[in-house]
Amino acid sequence: MSKGIFVVIEQVNGKVQNVGLELVGESTRLKEDLKDDVVAVLLGHNMESQVDKLFHYGADKVILVDDAMLENYATEPYTKAITAIVNEYDPEIMLFGASSIGRDVAPRVASRVKTGLVADTTGLRMAKTEAEFAKEASMGCTDPTRALLMTRPAFGGNIMATLMCPRTKPQMATVRPGVMKRIEKDTTKTGELIKFPIEFTAADMNIEILDVVKADKKSVDLTEATMIVSGGRGVGNAEGFSYIRDMADALGAEVGSSRACVDAQWIEKDRQVGQTGKTVRPLLYMACGISGAIQHVAGMENSEVVISINKNESAPIFEVSDLGIVGDLKVILPKLAEAVRKYKEAKASN
Amino acid sequence: MKIIVCIKQVPDTVEVKIDPKTGTLIRDGVPSIINYDDKTGIEAALQLKEQLGGTVTVVSMGPPQAEVALREALAMGCDDAYLVSAREFGGSDTYATSGILAGAVKTIGYDMIITGRQAIDGDTAQVGPQLAEKLSIPQVSYVEEVFEATEEYVVVKRQFESGYHKVKIQTPCLLTAIAELAEPRYMSVRGIVEAYEKEIKTIGFEDIKDGLELDMIGLKGSPTNVYQSFTKELKGAGTVLKDLSVEEAVAAIIQKMEDKFII
Repeated sequence: MSKGIFVVIEQVNGKVQNVGLELVGESTRLKEDLKDDVVAVLLGHNMESQVDKLFHYGADKVILVDDAMLENYATEPYTKAITAIVNEYDPEIMLFGASSIGRDVAPRVASRVKTGLVADTTGLRMAKTEAEFAKEASMGCTDPTRALLMTRPAFGGNIMATLMCPRTKPQMATVRPGVMKRIEKDTTKTGELIKFPIEFTAADMNIEILDVVKADKKSVDLTEATMIVSGGRGVGNAEGFSYIRDMADALGAEVGSSRACVDAQWIEKDRQVGQTGKTVRPLLYMACGISGAIQHVAGMENSEVVISINKNESAPIFEVSDLGIVGDLKVILPKLAEAVRKYKEAKASN
Repeated sequence: MKIIVCIKQVPDTVEVKIDPKTGTLIRDGVPSIINYDDKTGIEAALQLKEQLGGTVTVVSMGPPQAEVALREALAMGCDDAYLVSAREFGGSDTYATSGILAGAVKTIGYDMIITGRQAIDGDTAQVGPQLAEKLSIPQVSYVEEVFEATEEYVVVKRQFESGYHKVKIQTPCLLTAIAELAEPRYMSVRGIVEAYEKEIKTIGFEDIKDGLELDMIGLKGSPTNVYQSFTKELKGAGTVLKDLSVEEAVAAIIQKMEDKFII
């Protein structure tokens, strides 16, 4: 019988990435219903120092595959290793981060082991209701109590769909980074480390990595940004954008703008959000000193969470905001940036 | 170099409505376009052809209306076009789709396949890698630049969140294109005229069924199934707070970001 909630841990330059810890955390929540072990799968070279961290964040077991060929990500060696683990352990569930690595290797593995894969999920839970069991059973699922329901946005986030993978194992999903929560770190926790040997051959490296370049965080296209701090007329002048930039820096967000600021040449045109600018769908849109003209709202209304700060309490932006603060951005933002940095520091050292 | 570009016809807008009675998407009346990343893939293929010679063949799986997308690709300069279409293929998830596409491209023949990274309607980014797997050929996804191209290999820039890899990959291979790779050209007048003189060939179920996993295609055979779909909760009028001290305002914002798993 298929067993275990397996998480493929993403590592870059030998360091476990946050999304892996988030998925381990989410797996401990699935475990409350499924009762299976949480198994972290760690691939890389000389990665042993990272193993304890996975136990501390909730993994019951860690499967470590260590090989020089896994030092830098390449599709085929990673696919081969993960496939071997699936074949050996027959996992019930297998999760990957929906990163540019997870979205490259997970489809390859899913096809190789002949199972389904749900992309870029934002919600996972075990089937619980009679209706869910009945639907799973009607689609050919033999044990609906072990069925995973996977929810994801589609059509640019306008529609949410819940999917299932009733007949094949493992039930696989990639999960959007930043959505799931890590659990509290427990440094006393340990677990079972399994060193899994894989025989790689030269033929497995079917591409040649000529160069590995670490980039400074390059400015991304606003339409791809997960967080945007945006400034409007209320910023006052070009210098006023320093408040916006500092806030964005604290969050790791991109800087956006309303049209008024672009027309006034306070900021570059490629930062403009709105009907004549870019349509964005970040996780967080923070609108600062933006009144919320309809053309602007058209470009940001699909953001997951909108937080706005404006002096004018009748500003239309408040009508599309999850949280609106009536106040002066120049007073609030510096304090907020400071608080966010402190919060992140505390979280990182946790 | 014989290049196949796989394209998908997608709704022009993300403002797609859901039918409240059936819970399915209403696509009627929504204009359709070639998916953005796929159009980038067409341009990249045309540039490779201009450099190396050869042909660019465009393939789309979908209903008969997808022919419009194929005509547009021909008008951009692609040499020929195939529509992969059959009732048996309808409702396929990415696993099933990649299996069917694999069957189709095998009958056409190729040195290189280019797909877009992902489609704007499904956003899965899975069909490219799954197609490569079905064909047992190597892939590089998230390609943002071609540094060097020959008949035997290409050297490309593979984008990651943390930087990039410079990767050499032998043909036959599959690349998935992201927007940075190329700026799609416009259709030329001559291209449009020629596009309507060209025949779009159809690949149906009978043409490729011998190579398919017959129990893993279409709605029934797809390993994943939609349990339900729903429109996202409408954004209610949120909370507006006024007359707060700076500390209170900061605390309220931090709280909201924490609740929504933003920080």
